[in-house]
Amino acid sequence: MSDSKISSYTMNFGPQHPAAHGVLRLVLELDGEIVERADPHIGLLHRGTEKLIENKTYLQALPYFDRLDYVAPMNQEHAFVLAAEKLLKLEVPSRAKYIRVIFDEIGRLLNHLLNITTQAMDVGAITPSLWGFEEREKLMEFYERACGARLHAAYYRVGGVHQDLPDGLFEDILEFCKHFPKLIDDLEGLLTDNRIFKQRNVDVGIISPEDALDWGFSGVMLRGSGVPWDLRKSQPYEIYEELDFDIPVGKNGDCYDRYLVRIEEMKQSLSIINQCIKTIPKGPIIVQNNKFSPPKRGQMKRSMEALIHHFKLYTEGFKVPPGETYTAVEAPKGEFGVYIISDGTNQPYRCKIRAPGYAHLQAADYMSKGYMLADTVAIIGSMDVVFGEIDR
Amino acid sequence: MDKLLKELVETISSSVMDGITSHEVINNELILNVTSDKIIEVLTFLRDESSCQFKVLVDICGVDFPERETRYEVIYNLLSLSHNQRIRLKVMTNSDNSIPSVVSVYSSASWYEREVWDMYGIVFSKHPDLRRILTDYGFEGHPLRKDFPLSGFVEVRYSENENKVVYEPVKLNQEFRNFDFMSPWEGAEYILSKESKDDLESDQ
Repeated sequence: MSDSKISSYTMNFGPQHPAAHGVLRLVLELDGEIVERADPHIGLLHRGTEKLIENKTYLQALPYFDRLDYVAPMNQEHAFVLAAEKLLKLEVPSRAKYIRVIFDEIGRLLNHLLNITTQAMDVGAITPSLWGFEEREKLMEFYERACGARLHAAYYRVGGVHQDLPDGLFEDILEFCKHFPKLIDDLEGLLTDNRIFKQRNVDVGIISPEDALDWGFSGVMLRGSGVPWDLRKSQPYEIYEELDFDIPVGKNGDCYDRYLVRIEEMKQSLSIINQCIKTIPKGPIIVQNNKFSPPKRGQMKRSMEALIHHFKLYTEGFKVPPGETYTAVEAPKGEFGVYIISDGTNQPYRCKIRAPGYAHLQAADYMSKGYMLADTVAIIGSMDVVFGEIDR
Repeated sequence: MDKLLKELVETISSSVMDGITSHEVINNELILNVTSDKIIEVLTFLRDESSCQFKVLVDICGVDFPERETRYEVIYNLLSLSHNQRIRLKVMTNSDNSIPSVVSVYSSASWYEREVWDMYGIVFSKHPDLRRILTDYGFEGHPLRKDFPLSGFVEVRYSENENKVVYEPVKLNQEFRNFDFMSPWEGAEYILSKESKDDLESDQ
């Protein structure tokens, strides 16, 4: 063997790699096993969502939001309907607000369950994902009972939600909330003090609060670094102001802290769901104005006007007065924002989607520089990337 | 207008910023119009000034207004954690001119600017790595421009003969239909022939 020096090595990570969380192609420049540069190539799942939305009415645009972060679909819908309601200056009935918050938090559970367990799988633990997916299936059944679909819900509407919840759903959600802490404890038993899990995550992918802000981080990525920032507290929407919950923050900003924050957030979500179900009022679930919400089926059989309203609503849709707004919600992954420019017609003139994962993945180069190749996997895992929302 | 917002407007306008041409408030959200050559100074000021502290660049997005002379708008969304405040900057430009890249002010600007370049073809000068980001390798055109058709120009399929993915011009079995559902009493604009337009005007 000649002792010629190998300067650096370029390696393709993905897009078909199970630890790439979807279709990430990461071009890594390695010095031995040390990462010198990570260049994520994204866009392999680009579907032109923003372009499509510009050509759809507001009602037709809504289902595209399920397909962004398909792990927690309703949280995305929430940002869009809030933005549209802001432009229309609609006041949403109280029951709809509660229902939205309940399903937002179920979405948060869905997301964190997937992320924690796949992060564990990335570093070598298979069992958590098997347990977690069983619970996810139960949660998706709640989705299904509310709107008829496990994943692509299309349940929120501008002005409320599509339909009221079936009888017995709240009892079953409460039952779930009673048993779920046991699963969190089991997961923690497998991971929190696990020697291998800690070796792979503690002190890996550290990011300081200043850097996290500079890179546009939000959500768990920011809170893991010790910045107590949560839009549900700081810029509350719906009924979050009236609810009692805590914002967990990390200390070191490493992968392990982000895992701990997610575990604690799941417990807080359970408490929010419990509070909401206890206090949810009765009443309408969508604005009682047939210019924005369809008339009842029974009315349409008898009233000509109701029939016309129904027809106009599902063909032309409603028109949104000219204006613009940037409205953001605290999605499980971070700040999910929708920037709508309306020109007064029935279609948005521009709808920019601000996905949290896009900013997070951008920092992959910064965060994995100097770490080992195997640490990159842990860092990507803790970032919680889903390519539906990054590629849009 | 929100009291905090009012104070913010006063701080910004009092600190002689000749880059800011005007400001407006829509839906309780503050919008500043900025000239493109001063964008770095304005952003640095907003980031570092103690009464602003806009430490997070949330998003950069482009908008296309084909009927305007300066066709594009680039919009910067900022967030201040310490003051719990949002602000939006707008820069007008067209495809001939470039905007200074703000990567030196916010690291997160890099991918946002790449996206705007990809989608609208707006050039950011001194960007360290201005490549396309979301579209395919070797893609041509800028898809979010209003004159780019919704169904695009090319479609891909896997060719069994050539054993590779091939690009072909889009072939639609049925023309893409864009229905105009707008009510004729409110909002719909009908494209009239020149004669009937003249008739209308002479009637009036």
